[in-house]
Amino acid sequence: MTDVVMPQMGESIVEGTLTRWLKKKGDTVQRDEPLFEISTDKVDSEIPAPAAGVLSEILVEEGATVKINTVVARITESGAAAAAPPAPVVEKVVAAPAAAPAATPVAAPVPVMAAPVQAESAGPLSPLVRRMARENNLDLSKIQGTGAGGRITKTDVEGFLGSRGAIAIPAPVQMVAPVARGEAPKSRVEPMSTMRQKIAEHMVFSQRTSAFVTTVHKVDMTKIARLRAKVKDNFQAQYGFGLTYLSFIARATADALRAFPILNSSIDGTNVIYHGDVNIGIAVALDGGNGLIVPVIRNADEKNVVGLQRSIVDLAARARSKQLKPDDVQGGTFSITNFGSFGSIFATPVINQPQVAILGAGSVEKVPVVIDDAIAIRSMMYLSLTFDHRLIDGALADQFCQRVKAVLEGWSEQL
Amino acid sequence: MHSCEFHNLGSIGFAQAFAMQQDLAARRKQDLICDQLLILEHPHVITLGRNAHDENILASREILERAGIELHPTDRGGDVTYHGPGQIVCYPIMDLKAWKRDVVAYVRTLEQVIIDALADFGIAAERNPGCTGVWVNGAKIAAIGVHLSRWVTSHGFALNVDTNLNYFQYIIPCGLTKPVTSLRALGSVARREEVVTSLVRHFANNFECEFVETPRAPERIA
Repeated sequence: MTDVVMPQMGESIVEGTLTRWLKKKGDTVQRDEPLFEISTDKVDSEIPAPAAGVLSEILVEEGATVKINTVVARITESGAAAAAPPAPVVEKVVAAPAAAPAATPVAAPVPVMAAPVQAESAGPLSPLVRRMARENNLDLSKIQGTGAGGRITKTDVEGFLGSRGAIAIPAPVQMVAPVARGEAPKSRVEPMSTMRQKIAEHMVFSQRTSAFVTTVHKVDMTKIARLRAKVKDNFQAQYGFGLTYLSFIARATADALRAFPILNSSIDGTNVIYHGDVNIGIAVALDGGNGLIVPVIRNADEKNVVGLQRSIVDLAARARSKQLKPDDVQGGTFSITNFGSFGSIFATPVINQPQVAILGAGSVEKVPVVIDDAIAIRSMMYLSLTFDHRLIDGALADQFCQRVKAVLEGWSEQL
Repeated sequence: MHSCEFHNLGSIGFAQAFAMQQDLAARRKQDLICDQLLILEHPHVITLGRNAHDENILASREILERAGIELHPTDRGGDVTYHGPGQIVCYPIMDLKAWKRDVVAYVRTLEQVIIDALADFGIAAERNPGCTGVWVNGAKIAAIGVHLSRWVTSHGFALNVDTNLNYFQYIIPCGLTKPVTSLRALGSVARREEVVTSLVRHFANNFECEFVETPRAPERIA
């Protein structure tokens, strides 16, 4: 009988977390064959078996943290393998109930017969192989085992996955199982963060202040999509940041704001303030749904696509790393929000007061479009403009959108 | 002073680089080769460590797919992270038996290599006790995740040079709701190759190894 202990993986280390058993009770192990895995400070280590034999006892469960030199398992040498024969029996007992629930009562005999055969042909399976099979929705009977006695090893599963192409990710989204009554998580009360309070106040203030209306226009982005596809690698190499649709949209918006200055204004009592500068705010979602901030590109109408893209990358990065200066978020005269990057096709954004309109860009998607009675595949995007109807008439709002659309569809500038 | 071969490999897909590491680690274990240092870059990919929690991936599979981001489970320590263009990914394949049999010392030394290299570019980086990795003003600039098999290391660290940090919006890096940063976001205009040179020099200093020229890149496994 050989004790398997939690090894010391370094001088200062006093304990280790056993993350996974690579063998199960009753398995035959070779000396130096990986037996379990431990985790210490971002390092995962495979620990080999100290002796050959049968893994007769597992004393520490997966997930447990124990002091070094704690006995985590025992290996019985092969000669004294009295514990070995019962193992296959255990295997069958485990295999049958697992298959049973899937079968209808009438058809029961067939699957119950089928399941143990499959398990037996596959030989005993390590927890790792079981887990890989489960996670990748694999039928283990289709995998040829190359381990001792034809059993399926991790390498076999990896080989099978490799031959099947990229490692498959199970398609269905994991849903939270319905909770039985009585087990439901308790409601809890948490104070809002200061930022969340500010956002809440600002949103309600805006809805109370403006007479908001949203108009939606379709834009054919095919020309820009092609241009972007053609230049984006060089662009990334030359400037060190990516080229996104947003900078084209910002460029078109700056142009349209010059053409329709009332969209670049504020209401002050009974006066209208027409702003001399075009300062476009870009809504940035903070990591982990932790709020929203709208840093401002100053004099956006003086920048080309490269300059706008540079500003957007810089502002978004500093917003996320909380390094914006007060000046970066003040003085905006119009805002753009890019919910398309999160997959939304269109939305009705809330005006960023005291501005009078906000433009929302939906996702750019290839869709069938009828052009001259023929069906074509085009990269389309919905632009939605929420405007303050106190000041801006619907016709004017739509003319503004048409201008943005015309610039984007007939893109004629260099970057 | 032991030898280490250095390979500057450019952009390599995650799966291919993973296969290359496994191959090198297997040969290192048999003492057929000396220590290896791979420096490369991955196309957009989100990788899940052994201790990864699915809820730390914020975007749906569809959004990741549309954004051209792959998703890969892997056998390193740690949770979820993102790799992509503008990042220096460094995979040392080292036999720690020939250095120190100490995984914590190994991770702390990797951190020191990055801290020393950043100092060359005027960036004061530091450790964050309890949060492995390298940090600047509370923002993470380099992530670490290691796999060890018979004291031979694989995986390593990723340092953001001019990574598009927007891609981190899809995940909670390493399960920590802390901001990420890059040399570029900190105002540095250092070029990738300058940073690589600095990292390699400090790697040699900290691990007391000597780099030897390699006639060719390690065999790439398709």
